[in-house]
Amino acid sequence: MSIWQYANPKKFMETTGPLLPWIGAASLTCIVTGLVWGFFFTPDDYRQGSTVKIIYLHVPSALMAINAWFMMLVASLIWLIRRHHVSALAAKAAAPVGATMTVIALITGAIWGQPMWGTWWAWDPRLTSFLVLFLFYLGYMALWGAIENDDTAADLTSILCLVGSVFAVLSRYAVNFWNQGLHQGASLSLDKEENVSDVFYYPLLVSIGGFILLFVFLVFLGTHTEIRARRTRALLARERMS
Amino acid sequence: MPDLGKYADAVLSSYALSLLLIFALVGWAVVRSRKARAALEETEQRIKNRG
Repeated sequence: MSIWQYANPKKFMETTGPLLPWIGAASLTCIVTGLVWGFFFTPDDYRQGSTVKIIYLHVPSALMAINAWFMMLVASLIWLIRRHHVSALAAKAAAPVGATMTVIALITGAIWGQPMWGTWWAWDPRLTSFLVLFLFYLGYMALWGAIENDDTAADLTSILCLVGSVFAVLSRYAVNFWNQGLHQGASLSLDKEENVSDVFYYPLLVSIGGFILLFVFLVFLGTHTEIRARRTRALLARERMS
Repeated sequence: MPDLGKYADAVLSSYALSLLLIFALVGWAVVRSRKARAALEETEQRIKNRG
């Protein structure tokens, strides 16, 4: 039994297909629980007031925006090294999810920043690297759409993904690299002194769990779609040639 | 409904926009999945009928 057997599109679909409804239901449950818990049953922060409730959307989406790109990086490396089509298609399927998560993080951050920092936007290291990451997502999707040959598109987008990983790393660690800018340190930390208070922490964890499951659900569903679309294109090409 | 005070607009618009984007993403993914499935089934059926 090897993990590479899932590189077979048929095996991948047979394995992940039955899991999809369960992952979708678990994701919905966790997101609804996390958001309802956070919105209705947590107190206001003594400094941020009720804007602290934005954390249940902003932190999970920002986390997924960065980690979606890392997932795409791993899948792209697998494509470049082992030429497994499922990995290239999984990376392609993850891009719109990551891009949407980046937009949510940018929007919620701006809405939170206006009353807290007095500005919607600042050219702060983390904010700027996040914006560049979003542009990389757009470029990545545009490149997939612009190239007709699937294998060539997978090659070129994989290279773009490797380059964009620099900004994914910067987005994650920008607040540590530069001691400047408005963005505060990480909300989640192993250091109890730095971590958010428990009253906010547990609903946040549930919400993060829901976003992770949503990402897995959408990537599996999107990979199924890409596998089917690829098979349709192959059949149509064969039909034209016969 | 909790009292959101002077930040009600910020909090509510954050939730509304984020949930809208998430619903749009899930809806788009599901519609695309159904279309791809239907297109593949139709193509396979046509090729099968042609023999």
